[in-house]
Amino acid sequence: MAVGKEIRVKIASVQNTQKITRAMEMVATSKMRKAQERMRAACPYADKMRNVVAHIAQAHSEYRHPFLIPRPLKRIGVIVVSTDRGLCGGLNSNLFRMLIQQIKKWQGDEVEFEFCTIGRKAAQFFQRIGGTVVGQTTRIGDQPHAEQLIGTVKIMLNAYLEGSIDAVYIASNNFVNSMTQKSDLEQLVPLKPQNDDSLQYHWDYIYEPEAKEVMDQLLERYVESLVYQCVIENIACEQAARMVAMKSASDNAGKLIKELQLIYNKARQAAITQELAEIVGGAAAV
Amino acid sequence: MSTIHVDIVSAEREIFSGEAAMVFAPAILGEVGIAPGHAAMLTRMGPGEVRVQLPSGEQQAFYVSGGMLEVLPKVVTVLSDTAVRAHDLDEAAVLKAKQQAEESLKDRSGKLDLSRAQAELAELAAQLQTIQRLRRRGG
Repeated sequence: MAVGKEIRVKIASVQNTQKITRAMEMVATSKMRKAQERMRAACPYADKMRNVVAHIAQAHSEYRHPFLIPRPLKRIGVIVVSTDRGLCGGLNSNLFRMLIQQIKKWQGDEVEFEFCTIGRKAAQFFQRIGGTVVGQTTRIGDQPHAEQLIGTVKIMLNAYLEGSIDAVYIASNNFVNSMTQKSDLEQLVPLKPQNDDSLQYHWDYIYEPEAKEVMDQLLERYVESLVYQCVIENIACEQAARMVAMKSASDNAGKLIKELQLIYNKARQAAITQELAEIVGGAAAV
Repeated sequence: MSTIHVDIVSAEREIFSGEAAMVFAPAILGEVGIAPGHAAMLTRMGPGEVRVQLPSGEQQAFYVSGGMLEVLPKVVTVLSDTAVRAHDLDEAAVLKAKQQAEESLKDRSGKLDLSRAQAELAELAAQLQTIQRLRRRGG
């Protein structure tokens, strides 16, 4: 019966879409689990780093590293961490919205700013709205390595050491749980003082070779590890957001299919009724 | 026998954590051996082997490509780099990130290029199809 062919075609197409979104949902679920594991795996390094940096802040070294000394804000560098791919709900747009609000606030305070972007979406965002982008890293993939981020981080740190910027911030998403991600702007440099009360006496390390060299490297690595953490956390967020977005897309497709099926059935019944009526009418006429 | 706690970590994962009788590490000024109760020390490491002597006498070795070594009287922390790092390599990474940013800024008219590339691609695909069809007819 040639009833509602268009509807049948439409149903089939929605079913295909649903298959795709469901597959993407499952892929995102498994990738999210792996990303969370990586997040956990990176924790010990960051913890240890934090301890060492806290010790340094308390050790009474005669050398004060510029990263530990705050200065008045005239120009700010922001590292923006985004995803490479879309289809992850409002993850990136929420982050950018927060960033724009922050930018407006800075403009009000007459603070200048420049950006480094990680991920393709942030690069595209600044291409669209303009803004000074001094460094860019894209295609970080699902398993980023710390060394992929060196360049971007170093641009900012160099600018800070040269004095052309007075603070470095990082904008990324925090993984609260698989349903919630929170966009967040954090200050990287100057480092916020850490409090560790376990070592409250006058002491200092033996530095080899020189306090300055050791601290330079250590603090650089520390900032790198913080950025790395933000990036892998952002990837976990990306996968979680994609999982949720794809789940709701699959659900919506299911709803759509149901509605279309109902319309199709009605049309079919109407056609049958009409045909019967015609036959009966024809028989009555004879 | 007194022991010292050793943590070896890299940015991407934890490599070793446990008690040791003695630790040897490739500090930048030469290999150091650390026994329990060593004075607090902070140093850079070059590429080499971190050897951990377990209380049982067994020895475990881990390769590190460089990093930092923190020694406190009861704790040794090895913060290993994940890759070989050198000043000029880092600078190269900086240049790369900068270049990418500049290129994408230059490409602000990039959308136009993209659509042109797509058009070209479609044309080429059509050509290819025609050639294949001709070949099939010939064969």
